[in-house]
Amino acid sequence: MAELSPVLEMKNISKQFFGFYALKNVDFNLYPGEVHSLLGENGAGKSTLIKIMAGVNSLEQGEYLVDGKKVEVKNPRGAQELGVNVVFQELNLVPSLSVAENIFFGRLPKKALGRVNWNKLYQDTEVLLEEVGLEINPRTRVGLLGVAQQQLVEIAKALSHESKVIAMDEPTSALSYKEIERLFLLIEKLKKKGVGIIYVSHKFDELFRITDRITILRDGEKVGEVKTKETDSEELISYMVGRQLSNLYPKMDVTPGDVAFQVKGLTSDKVKDINFYVRKGEIIGFSGLMGAGRTELARAIFGLDQTHEGQIIIEGKEVPRNSAKIAVQRGIGYIPEDRKEEGLVLSASVRENMTISVLKNFVEGGRINKKKEFDCTQGAIEDLRIKTQSSEQKIVSLSGGNQQKVILARWLIKEDLKVLILDEPTRGIDVGSKSEIYRLISELASKGIAVLMMSSEMPELLSMCDRIYVMKEGELAGELSQNEATQEKIMSKAIGGI
Amino acid sequence: MSEQRSTLKKLTQYEQTPLLIALLAICAFLSFKSDVFLSVDNIMNVLRQSSIELIAALGMTMALLAGQVDLSIGSLLAVVGIVTVSIYNMSGSVFLAVVAAIIVGVAVGLINGALVTKTKINALIATLGMMAVLRGIGYLSTNARAVQTEGDTLKLIGTGYVGPIPIPVIIAVVVLVAFYYILNHTTFGRYVYAAGGNEKAALSSGLPVSKIQIWVFIICAVTAAISGLITTGRLNSFQPTIGVGFELNVIAAVILGGTRLTGGEGTISGTVLGVLILGVLSNGLVLLDVNSFWQEVVRGGVIILAVIIDEYRKRAQQKQLQASVKDKKQEHVQPIEEESTTKANIS
Repeated sequence: MAELSPVLEMKNISKQFFGFYALKNVDFNLYPGEVHSLLGENGAGKSTLIKIMAGVNSLEQGEYLVDGKKVEVKNPRGAQELGVNVVFQELNLVPSLSVAENIFFGRLPKKALGRVNWNKLYQDTEVLLEEVGLEINPRTRVGLLGVAQQQLVEIAKALSHESKVIAMDEPTSALSYKEIERLFLLIEKLKKKGVGIIYVSHKFDELFRITDRITILRDGEKVGEVKTKETDSEELISYMVGRQLSNLYPKMDVTPGDVAFQVKGLTSDKVKDINFYVRKGEIIGFSGLMGAGRTELARAIFGLDQTHEGQIIIEGKEVPRNSAKIAVQRGIGYIPEDRKEEGLVLSASVRENMTISVLKNFVEGGRINKKKEFDCTQGAIEDLRIKTQSSEQKIVSLSGGNQQKVILARWLIKEDLKVLILDEPTRGIDVGSKSEIYRLISELASKGIAVLMMSSEMPELLSMCDRIYVMKEGELAGELSQNEATQEKIMSKAIGGI
Repeated sequence: MSEQRSTLKKLTQYEQTPLLIALLAICAFLSFKSDVFLSVDNIMNVLRQSSIELIAALGMTMALLAGQVDLSIGSLLAVVGIVTVSIYNMSGSVFLAVVAAIIVGVAVGLINGALVTKTKINALIATLGMMAVLRGIGYLSTNARAVQTEGDTLKLIGTGYVGPIPIPVIIAVVVLVAFYYILNHTTFGRYVYAAGGNEKAALSSGLPVSKIQIWVFIICAVTAAISGLITTGRLNSFQPTIGVGFELNVIAAVILGGTRLTGGEGTISGTVLGVLILGVLSNGLVLLDVNSFWQEVVRGGVIILAVIIDEYRKRAQQKQLQASVKDKKQEHVQPIEEESTTKANIS
């Protein structure tokens, strides 16, 4: 690769927001046919750098070169004309338009008199969808698609341009195992065609599989650049957090006690005949492909989705189904997958978000004892080391990791918590906070709470869980103990028939 | 704690300051332009008129906070009117008339709430339908004729005084205190904010969201019923057209007071100021002899202006917020280092 010249170069890039450096003297280059990863904690500057490449953020200081020529990119269109395309983490699709219209937005093929050439549009789209492995009709409205499918449409959109460079910002965060494999094949193909790929991801296993080089950013500065072959995850983490992080998964050894929680024959529209148990102090994982029913199972147990049959039993006592209120009263806590959509009241403060489930405990003589509530919140902020200016701070201004800690605190301050269901507990959270959240989960288990963890991240399941149940099409397809569980075994059960 | 309280106070004061300034400015302007404006009679008149809207506006504030809206309250005024007058004329008892009015409010609120929570119809649509239904019932009940009350005790509710203070003002103050208490000091109040701020989050926290919403509709309709009672007392009769456009005036005052249509954000103090500003404004326009059709135009203009200002303030806040997030990220790295030394205690 050394004889080639870089297709994209960023030299000495600095960018300020509100007088604070989001990027400081960052160098970055990308060769044709190379996969180069940007790694760093949330807020390290990865997104800012990509946004400058894409023409979303303006370049203030430094040089931006494409094919060795200095360029000025004023807007996303300018970047696209240079052959630089970005698949952003936040989806930018128009829900009311079809997949095809979204992909060729603003450049629909035309016939005479300016009429749209629909046939050509749908044909071209089909080819692209085929390439990303999405088996849907190009006429489908985007709003009807799931997040994973939308993500693939975004990738197809990037492919539809003549690209020299494609940047992908956490493209796999919503994708299932199968779809990720498909994406990796696609990336290999693009590499062979000489396209340079910038790949942003927190998932180390992916980085080691498909990237050639990794540039690590921390607080807006480039702190390291390594060849993927010559590094390991410990080195990467130490670059990211600026020190050696002894153990990402601080799982404590707990001798599991009696069965604390049992689900028998639970059936809803989305899950079928679910049977499992959790002992006191156990952490139980639920794995499976996208759409296998993990989230739906969590919602069914907690009473958010209607269930038709089955029993939910805590410490030998049956809990009436289909009421989240009763579930909470009986000691079940639930942390939903989508923090902002389903977990937090964004307009409210840290305190209000934290105490909402246990508010009744603070009531004295018909009114909330605000001092008690405040003290409780303050205690949790200190114990969990939640980084916030005060308990009255609006929750939106906290980082993802700290927001997640507030939701954890919501259930930790519940004194009679017996079962905690976590759905994707570390999605979109940086490595440092991740490790802290694992430690909290581990401590919870050691206190005798039964923990259920639905997750699509294999490493966290394999490292944190005493047992792993694998789901497939709404049913439990198998159970693996920590000792026997491997990524391959889980996958074969999740796909089935192997 | 004292620190927390004072910062909270500062914050609310800051938020309400523009409205307060606006109110004072309008008052100052009117006191220059009109000799009557500052007279005790006129002030009492403004307060009495505002009381009717304030009571319903308090209920509407709660509905908007919960992410709902009730368009049927104007028509409810008419139904309450005919029920009150009929019962009063039959029994001669103000007490029975009041009880009947409240029951009508509860019933209508329950139906609205059930429609929205059970059938998942959007509140705007459900209560728009209810608005037409109730208005129709109001007309049907008397064939659109007015009905006079037979006796002079009912009218005390609308026109009576205790000492120098009009009875409607007293009722409004009682309702105001109750709302302040409910929204700021009870679990129900906090649930209302949470359910309106993010319904899904409220659900995933184990809150009985449907029940909360049904109660909100009932409370909103009951406040409207009280307003209807006072209006009927003031007119000392049933007028089939009472309350036409009332719901829009009330919603306008609430929005002017800074409560968001999207739910979860708003204050009682804002609503009080919103009602007073609109009340003083219409009073002033009358005193200044402005054509009554112009009053409508001015009222509409003020509301649009208020929402624009609010939008700008929100944007400014968001900018500040972004800045503070960036600051925090800067200091993000070092705190993790204490990990091994401090062992977290979870209580």
